Amino acid sequence: MNERPDAPDRARRLVLKGAVAGGLAGLALGSFPFPAFADADAKDWPADAFKQKTEADALKALYGKSAEASDKVSLDAPEIAENGAVVPISVTSTLPGVTGIAVLVLENPNTLAAAYKIPAGSNAMVASRLKMAKTSKVVAVVESGGKLFSATKEVKVTVGGCGG
Amino acid sequence: MLRKVVLALALLGVTVQPLLAANDIDPQADFKAFRKYFTERFPKVPLKDFVNGPYSMDEGLRKQWQAKEEFPPYDFALDKGKEMFGKPFKNGKTYADCFPNKGVGVRQMYPMFDTKTGEVITLDVAINQCRQQNGEAPLDYLKDDMASLTAYMAFTSRGKPMDIKIPNDPRALAAYKKGEQFFYTRRGQFGMSCASCHVQNPGNHIRTEVLAPALGIMNALPIYRSEWGGMGSTSRRLTTCNAQIRGVPLAPEAEEYRDVEYFLSYMANGLPISGPGARP
Amino acid sequence: MASTIRIRAVASGDTTEVQSLIQHPMDSGFVKDSKGQIIPPHHIEVVQFEHGGKVVFTALWGPAISKDPYLKFSFKGGKKGDDIKVSWVDNKGASDSFVGKIQ
Repeated sequence: MNERPDAPDRARRLVLKGAVAGGLAGLALGSFPFPAFADADAKDWPADAFKQKTEADALKALYGKSAEASDKVSLDAPEIAENGAVVPISVTSTLPGVTGIAVLVLENPNTLAAAYKIPAGSNAMVASRLKMAKTSKVVAVVESGGKLFSATKEVKVTVGGCGG
Repeated sequence: MLRKVVLALALLGVTVQPLLAANDIDPQADFKAFRKYFTERFPKVPLKDFVNGPYSMDEGLRKQWQAKEEFPPYDFALDKGKEMFGKPFKNGKTYADCFPNKGVGVRQMYPMFDTKTGEVITLDVAINQCRQQNGEAPLDYLKDDMASLTAYMAFTSRGKPMDIKIPNDPRALAAYKKGEQFFYTRRGQFGMSCASCHVQNPGNHIRTEVLAPALGIMNALPIYRSEWGGMGSTSRRLTTCNAQIRGVPLAPEAEEYRDVEYFLSYMANGLPISGPGARP
Repeated sequence: MASTIRIRAVASGDTTEVQSLIQHPMDSGFVKDSKGQIIPPHHIEVVQFEHGGKVVFTALWGPAISKDPYLKFSFKGGKKGDDIKVSWVDNKGASDSFVGKIQ
């Protein structure tokens, strides 16, 4: 069983691996080289971004920038969730050169729900199922050409997805 | 005429006393009246769609359900059920030895009336009878194992029309009638009957849930509920509902529950099995 | 022991659409058990998909992804019969992987 280094060690190791300047060292998505043949690696997980409580802080931690609204990002989410524990959503975009998609639930205890890395050759589309604690705006963010674009939708939740 | 009056009163939620003699029990007439009520109240719902419960009543919920059905969350329970179904008992026999057609594609025949014992046998009870006949301990009616196994058996019957028989036997007719009476009888602190929600208010909200129509309500069982984060058996749903109306839930597979399942399943004859179902 | 990973990959024209379902509790760390104790967070952190020797998609998940998580994405390329590999690792260091075939 691999020992997981604790956060400060991990950050230092990422810096030492020569991560590109211009984003938080090692945590800037899309610019960190890692071998393609290895299995899913916990070192890729942006722990700091997943702790943030606002859209701005989560995006800053993840991408080092902020997003502007764009109608070229489509977020499909229900108006009223049948149950906050399993809310199906999907994100698509017609923007060129999409390298990443992030999904945020603004009223959740931590804002960032998921972030996706999209290599060249993969499409700007992702669908998944979220937990929502209560009625909240859901924000889909797309990274294209080094900039961030977003679409927002409010989803009403009557039965919260975080228990209680 | 008397029967129609009784049925009309029952549909209005009035407690039905046993006003009819045994030879007045006419399931076929009840069937026609029951079906007519739902198809007239919901003319836009295709008949087969009633088995989808709240999703036949609400478009927004339906879309979410369809998205999840693409790769349903109960996939793992189904696999577990299949594995359980195929695993031999200690004596080398399997469920296939107990059921017609080796237990595949037979769910729609349950509940059945057992003329030997004079009792209504549900699928879950038949499973435990099979186990006991083969020296195995019964499964707990409320727990995951029973839910997974019945989910698999329901899945092998998906799409098949419900096919419940009431033999011309006064005990079978009496069981059917008792089931009907249970369905329309008010109970619990809230003084609600099954009919209060599922006949008078399908499509409406009770707190945050959209109510399913009684027509076809058994066809989707067992169900995976997002609320439970897992698959739950028929007994789990019935006992939980009784607790929710602040009644005292009966023992799982108590005679009354089996009788009401018999009654409701008969009312759904011809409608497709949609189980295992996913619900909020 | 059966894999925790289910995958359905279908090639159509020049695109392969991938759906996956992974068996995992995805405990958020905000829910209490029947005794009133918090169930600690236990969730997948990274899911990676590989085809033809390269990574075609990576998911970075927090506890706000639903139990038994689902994912759908698509990529250009891939043909029927190709291998597609999925691997995941969670916050407790557990992992699993599975190789499926594109239909």
